[in-house]
Amino acid sequence: MKYIDEYRDGRLAKDLARQIAALADPGRSYHFMEFCGGHTHAISRYGLEDLLPANVRMIHGPGCPVCVLPIGRIDAAIALAMRPEITLCTYGDLMRVPGSNGSSLLKAKAAGADIRMVYSTLDALRIAEAELEREVVFFAIGFETTTPPTALALKAAIAKGLGNFSIFCNHVLTPAAIQNILESPDVRKLGTIKIDGFVGPAHVSTVIGTEPYEFFAGEFQKPVVVAGFEPLDVIQAILMLVRQVNDGRHEVENQYIRAVTALGNEKAQAEVANFFELRESFEWRGLGEVPYGALRLRPQYVAYDAEKRFSMVTPAAKDNPACACGAILRGVKRPADCKLFGTVCTPDTPMGSCMVSSEGACAAHWTYGRFREKARQVDVGRAVA
Amino acid sequence: MNMMIKAYRRKLDVANGRVDLSHGAGGRAMGQLIEGIFHKAFDNDWLRAGNDQSAFSVPGGRMVMTTDGYVVSPLFFPGGNIGTLAVHGTINDIAMAGAVPLYLSASFIIEEGFPFADLERIAQSMGAASREAGVPIITGDTKVVERGKADGVFISTAGVGMVPDGLDLRSDAARPGDAVIISGSIGDHGVAVMSKHENLEFDTDIASDSAALHGLVADMVAAGGAHIRLMRDPTRGGIAATLNEIASQSRVGFRIDEDKIPLKPEVAAACEFLGLDPLNVANEGKLVAVVAPEGANAVLATMRAHPLGSEAALVGRVVADDNCFVQMTTSFGGGRIVDWLSGEQLPRIC
Repeated sequence: MKYIDEYRDGRLAKDLARQIAALADPGRSYHFMEFCGGHTHAISRYGLEDLLPANVRMIHGPGCPVCVLPIGRIDAAIALAMRPEITLCTYGDLMRVPGSNGSSLLKAKAAGADIRMVYSTLDALRIAEAELEREVVFFAIGFETTTPPTALALKAAIAKGLGNFSIFCNHVLTPAAIQNILESPDVRKLGTIKIDGFVGPAHVSTVIGTEPYEFFAGEFQKPVVVAGFEPLDVIQAILMLVRQVNDGRHEVENQYIRAVTALGNEKAQAEVANFFELRESFEWRGLGEVPYGALRLRPQYVAYDAEKRFSMVTPAAKDNPACACGAILRGVKRPADCKLFGTVCTPDTPMGSCMVSSEGACAAHWTYGRFREKARQVDVGRAVA
Repeated sequence: MNMMIKAYRRKLDVANGRVDLSHGAGGRAMGQLIEGIFHKAFDNDWLRAGNDQSAFSVPGGRMVMTTDGYVVSPLFFPGGNIGTLAVHGTINDIAMAGAVPLYLSASFIIEEGFPFADLERIAQSMGAASREAGVPIITGDTKVVERGKADGVFISTAGVGMVPDGLDLRSDAARPGDAVIISGSIGDHGVAVMSKHENLEFDTDIASDSAALHGLVADMVAAGGAHIRLMRDPTRGGIAATLNEIASQSRVGFRIDEDKIPLKPEVAAACEFLGLDPLNVANEGKLVAVVAPEGANAVLATMRAHPLGSEAALVGRVVADDNCFVQMTTSFGGGRIVDWLSGEQLPRIC
């Protein structure tokens, strides 16, 4: 597969791994957070951890749109979908995300709700056009990558005069989340997580560029390397981060130069700005209320805003108290530290959202990496002995 | 820290739960439905063996019987249709016991309003497929349901065959050291069907690999029957589901090598942009054989000499593993688990 295989070349990977091993100072450890679920997925799917020296460790970040959606938003979507006039269109990943009391969109569908899985916002728009008697709501989630397509769907709906199409907006913003993690007590005061640098988002950065990361690279003195989602991209970014740490630098570097520029896709940014505005505050699963961390439709598009149009309420809903998704999303815990991991919580019967999407840290570790737990157990045993 | 990761499953909530789409996707949820509802109700040794067919003794030898339902959407796809799939799929379930398929049945559940022309096209291609395979359809049934109560046409089949004397393939027979052989490129059928799926249409030359495998199996049995531990056709859930099934039934693990798995570049590309793992994508004309090490070369050579096995490859080995993990060395150089798919496999969203 041309233009793909080049970025998965095992020989180049070994060479980069050798360079990392040679540069990594054995007298210290390196902890890098990959923000994006796409990177988490690549690290797990290609077994990248096996190529890194023991003192270079990756911490999974909160960059999985399904994972950071709070339970209350799922409950609100289910309540909406149960209304007889509503057709709720959603990406497949959301179907199995657990709501309160073991509910999910998949179960609501089996119970009779009209919920359709779509592959793009335009599919939802087509359904609205074809079924004018239905109220078609698109369950919009995702970071800056998926916001422009939602804006375009809205633009098309307005141009076509579609009165039966609306959006349940849950779009969230990456820089706000990174800042939230860096300002959290875990990092600043308690020192429960040590983060020496970030592998910065791939697709998100194609839209927003590298410029938005300059602030926290400087303010928090953490290097950021924006990297593509292929495994060679990730391992090269890790090498660049090790170099920065060794040199005492904290710069924003761009590994993903084939797609990312400093300013990003200004046309997409403009489309988003036309239709969306910042929410003063929005709850993220795991991070809690994040100021200016999410978007909503501008007031002039209230007719297309499902929350307003159907007077939706987001009920206060708590995660299962034993579920460690919150701590895992902040990088404080590893998936296997959670009591539920692999016992009652597996991808088939997820208790927390990190176990649902393949980009979630728990699902990635369960699906691709859980064989390492035994090896780790042996290591721990030796350390104690 | 939670170290021992058991293969725990929450119980099926029969009192309050409902069937959802994941219960038909070939993953763990489906296995749980079958065990929790059907096996519990029908319980016997044959079902407990967990094969796609069951063998039983009759005067004159051992017979196998299977049944299968077909609900593919769309009904017509590159390389076949629901009818050819029904014939090939049923024959293959018989053949995976090493048996010679003899007779088929076919029942049709047809939705009111379904065009005669489509029904004839399906029936004609089923007739042609069964004649080509030499396995006649000798009985059937027809039901029509109201519009909206089915999706065009559903086909349900049964098949019977005879097992050659002395051959006994069992799902729990894989042993550490055994070779794992795949008969050809993976994922062709699933990608061909998806390319015609509503909302997902894309242009591709990929055709379904739908084919009857009993000829290939007969050659394999003749060349190395005593060494073949078991065979499976990796349909729904792909080779990932098949290897995991065998692993749990034989209480072993697998170590496979990503570089050795035959995969067409166009299938790899389609999976890439759909966000699918080809290991989870359905095949309809491929088999996975677990073969004792001493017979592996002979069986592999025989497979490669057959048109339906020309790309056969030895992709890994059975290993001892209490966790029954299917592990793979990736082309990138790291290790990973190859797991069952969870629920319906769908493109990732970003």
